Amino acid sequence: MLRVTAAVEIDRNAYMSKPSNPTASIVHRREFLSAAASSAAMPLLLDSTRSQAASKPVMVSPRDLIDVTLTVNGKKERISVDARVTLLDALREKIGLTGTKKGCDHGQCGACTVHVNGKRVLSCLTLAGMVEGEAITTIEGLSDITGGLHPMQQAFIDNDAFQCGYCTPGQIMSAVAVVSEGKAETEASVREAMSGNICRCAAYPNIVTAIMQAKMKMGA
Amino acid sequence: MQPFLFSRVKNAEEAIDVLAVRTVGESRPIAGGTTLLDLMKLNVMNPQRLVDVNRALSSKIEKTAGGLRLGAAVRMAEAASHEFVARDYPVVAQALLLAASAQIRNMASLGGNVLQRTRCGYFRDATVPNCNKRIPGSGCAAWDGVNRMHAVLGASESCIATYPGDFAQALMVVDAKLEIVGRRGPRTIAFSQLHVRPAADPAVETVLKPDELIAAFVLPKAEWTRRSVYLKIRDRDSYAYALASAAVALDLDGNKVRDARIALGGVATVPWRARDAENYLKGKELNEATAESAGLQAFDGAQPREHNAYKVKLGAQTVARALLQAQSLEINT
Repeated sequence: MLRVTAAVEIDRNAYMSKPSNPTASIVHRREFLSAAASSAAMPLLLDSTRSQAASKPVMVSPRDLIDVTLTVNGKKERISVDARVTLLDALREKIGLTGTKKGCDHGQCGACTVHVNGKRVLSCLTLAGMVEGEAITTIEGLSDITGGLHPMQQAFIDNDAFQCGYCTPGQIMSAVAVVSEGKAETEASVREAMSGNICRCAAYPNIVTAIMQAKMKMGA
Repeated sequence: MQPFLFSRVKNAEEAIDVLAVRTVGESRPIAGGTTLLDLMKLNVMNPQRLVDVNRALSSKIEKTAGGLRLGAAVRMAEAASHEFVARDYPVVAQALLLAASAQIRNMASLGGNVLQRTRCGYFRDATVPNCNKRIPGSGCAAWDGVNRMHAVLGASESCIATYPGDFAQALMVVDAKLEIVGRRGPRTIAFSQLHVRPAADPAVETVLKPDELIAAFVLPKAEWTRRSVYLKIRDRDSYAYALASAAVALDLDGNKVRDARIALGGVATVPWRARDAENYLKGKELNEATAESAGLQAFDGAQPREHNAYKVKLGAQTVARALLQAQSLEINT
């Protein structure tokens, strides 16, 4: 298998093992490969990046990995992935941000909703290789710099807007966008705008109430 | 999903060159990826190469001498909320807004949208051996299978898969043109010429060659496009495909029909222009009776199967209602 830029052999097991420091911050709950790779391989990556500045390396075989730099919640994450890896899997498996959920993996449930350049999209139908350079925001990125909850998150808690919680990150990401899109005028428009996010626990009525509450606090 | 080569190209010329390469196997352009990745995860589509065409195609909506030009890379959401689209071609804005979900509308390109593939459950299940669309000559599992969502128009024993889109029908009734680029140079066709009925070979869905890309849609400048409506009937209030839908544009002289354009969704194997119904209405007064007759005309010759016979009546009534809705629109000139 040909590695296109970096010369470092990546230990795939490193990021799959249990975290060595259980009190590590939420972003690093799982050990992931960029923490290991960035310290050891950074000089090598920079050298090869500079010499490759003219053009992106071309894949020779479909099994070549591609190097992608994703900007997630304001932080640059350098990953090497199979071209088939979706943004959803890159976030969860490579970067360790497991807040975004895989519900159906086919764009039908909305659990994988994230923001790309401020717009809500389905990460399960987005290839990681196609969002390089775009600003990606996940549920983990909603809290403010002090770690305080976003008004939408608080509203979901205040209004009992989730039961099992599995659809919830996607609901919240969608809800924040609904308000910024100006679609939260009425309960009817909220329901229509949120129709791409489904909830098997049927928390819908409370989700709608939460959004109407958060809208006030978000100054929309 | 099968492994693939991923190509990022800078412009349309490069995209065409890469798509035209024969040594790789099947190459497909990818823009929003909402249909392609879904089907690749099901192993229904297995291109050997994907070419990212987002930077190669236009993402602009611009007024031109010919009318309004929508770049193929424009996202559905952007076109739906655009001032000129909503005001001058309401059927187009409505068709886009009634389609998919908000997230998908943010991701999906206009060019990709018209190329979306059927939701037929047998097509989408790669373990089903008889599907002429996937495996030419293997038969049609839906013909005598579960076919509630399948087509009653343009159907045959070789394929009854429904074309599931909405935007295409709206384009048809505003007489949109399609700009195509490819190895043999650019060409422009009437949008209604893009899709091909599945009779001969259900695997072939459009007239596009493998190296060709949709570059843009041109909506012509005309007064009558403002009197247009997209009516979509479905099981749920939102985020569902059409059981039956009708795109309608009317050129009226008082209550008399100078010209009517009617296209059907959810009921046919391709976006379906109801020309017989249009010809019936020409010169007549539009009222409940003639609207109903037009609806029936549109479904004359429909071939229902075991589970989709409801579409004939539902579809006819959808046409009638859409016509009357378009008639009652208050147009500010």
